[in-house]
Amino acid sequence: MEEFEPTIVAFVCNWCTYTAADLAGTARMTQFPNVRLIRMMCTGMVDPKYVIKALLAGADAVLISGCHPGDCHYINGNYKARRRVKLLQEILTGFGIDTRRVKLTWVGASEGNEFAETVNHLVNEIRELGPIETRELMVV
Amino acid sequence: MATTAKIEVRDKNPVAALQTFLAQVLEDEYVAGVLAPRHLNDNGALMPTLVTDPAMLDRVDPLAPAFPFNAAKTLVKLTNGEMVNKVAAVLKPCEIRAFVELVKLNQGNMDNALLIGVDCLGSFGNTEYLNYVKDADPIASSQEFARAALAGEESPGGTPIAKACMACEHPSAVQADLSIGLVGLDIDDHLVVSAHTARGEGLLSRLGLPDVAEAPSRAKAMAELVKKRTAFRDKMFEETNEATASVEKLARYLSGCVNCYNCRVACPVCYCKECVFVTDVFDHKPWQYLDWAGNKGMLKMPTDTVFYHLTRLAHMSTACVGCGQCSNACPNDIPVMELFRTVAARTQAAFGYEAGKSTDDAPPLSVFQEKEFSEVTGGVD
Repeated sequence: MEEFEPTIVAFVCNWCTYTAADLAGTARMTQFPNVRLIRMMCTGMVDPKYVIKALLAGADAVLISGCHPGDCHYINGNYKARRRVKLLQEILTGFGIDTRRVKLTWVGASEGNEFAETVNHLVNEIRELGPIETRELMVV
Repeated sequence: MATTAKIEVRDKNPVAALQTFLAQVLEDEYVAGVLAPRHLNDNGALMPTLVTDPAMLDRVDPLAPAFPFNAAKTLVKLTNGEMVNKVAAVLKPCEIRAFVELVKLNQGNMDNALLIGVDCLGSFGNTEYLNYVKDADPIASSQEFARAALAGEESPGGTPIAKACMACEHPSAVQADLSIGLVGLDIDDHLVVSAHTARGEGLLSRLGLPDVAEAPSRAKAMAELVKKRTAFRDKMFEETNEATASVEKLARYLSGCVNCYNCRVACPVCYCKECVFVTDVFDHKPWQYLDWAGNKGMLKMPTDTVFYHLTRLAHMSTACVGCGQCSNACPNDIPVMELFRTVAARTQAAFGYEAGKSTDDAPPLSVFQEKEFSEVTGGVD
């Protein structure tokens, strides 16, 4: 059997984490290629249904990453995101979806190395956790 | 301490006593109308009815074990906007708790409503209720039901009440301006009415009903009822958690769902004016379906079923009051109330929130604090 490679969908904010991801790329930092980035204007606009859809469609984890507390371009979007992630974790954990599969991190625009580390750490964590049920299972 | 007054019952007819009480409320002119469950005709069919003429209270029946839909949404229609006069609403505790949630979502207006809650002994599902009444006099049936339920009968008239009611730990409406007590009393002798707010207090004193001390039998009977229902609820949570412990099990649990969205229509706290699942966001193109089918070799149609339920839970689980109208509305008897309540218990506990308890507690997703839930971000605030 082929070794399991996780697919991770990442919703990153335009102002901080996307810029950090760009920096990590231009600085040629080493990172696993398992993450599919989706650039949002703010983590506060990551609708819970985007996360649910990604997980049902077979993403092994969802990463939401934005500005550090206090740094949000829209003042408090990241605090709202934190409550939504908490809510999603509470809902999904009952259906056997490990809370580690919905991850929220703060990565500032200048923290390219932090972004690469976050990605590498998450990929390793999900490799250990194994594939999500919906990778094989058709659930819509 | 709430003021409690006595409503005398004559001729062993507590419904007539309640009708008289509501007539007094109307005549007081603090409210311009009373919204109360009323039999539409002599076959028992019952709907919330806005009554302005006391003579029309004759078929009003607050004891009916019927729950056609959650009237919190109706009260929203009657209170949201500028009003000269208030409307009194005779509601079940779960309707009041749903209304409290809708007020916090800026859909209903508490200032325009005078809430009158009635102890809830449980209700039948819609079809079970009509079967229960059959050709009998509906008001007499309601009173028989109340007597049997108060005597502790599990299935009055041979029909069990809705599961949501069996699992309901809030049989009394303490959030109301006035609450009418049945539990622990001989309803053929008298009922009690307690005021929980200043305006409830004011109305009660104007009505001039005789004061009465809260009977110890009532507190005891209420505690017993809550205990029984809580035990049922906790068992239900356990069974539902077990039945939906994986995504595969959840999909199996929901496999009868035909995406009719009745549960969403019936839900009093599904607050969106337009549900995203009926917008063109979900008007997928034919090639998209074929693509998705190609991913795993097949695609269940209609699509977006589990997706819909999980998204709905993300929207309403922190506001779920457990009224059970979702299950009442489900055409395929999927135990949706059990699922939604189980998840709601989890999410409400996570935010230290109890839906419908008070207008003072902000809905969890409407507020935040600078330092909280650090476990979500790996210990980093």
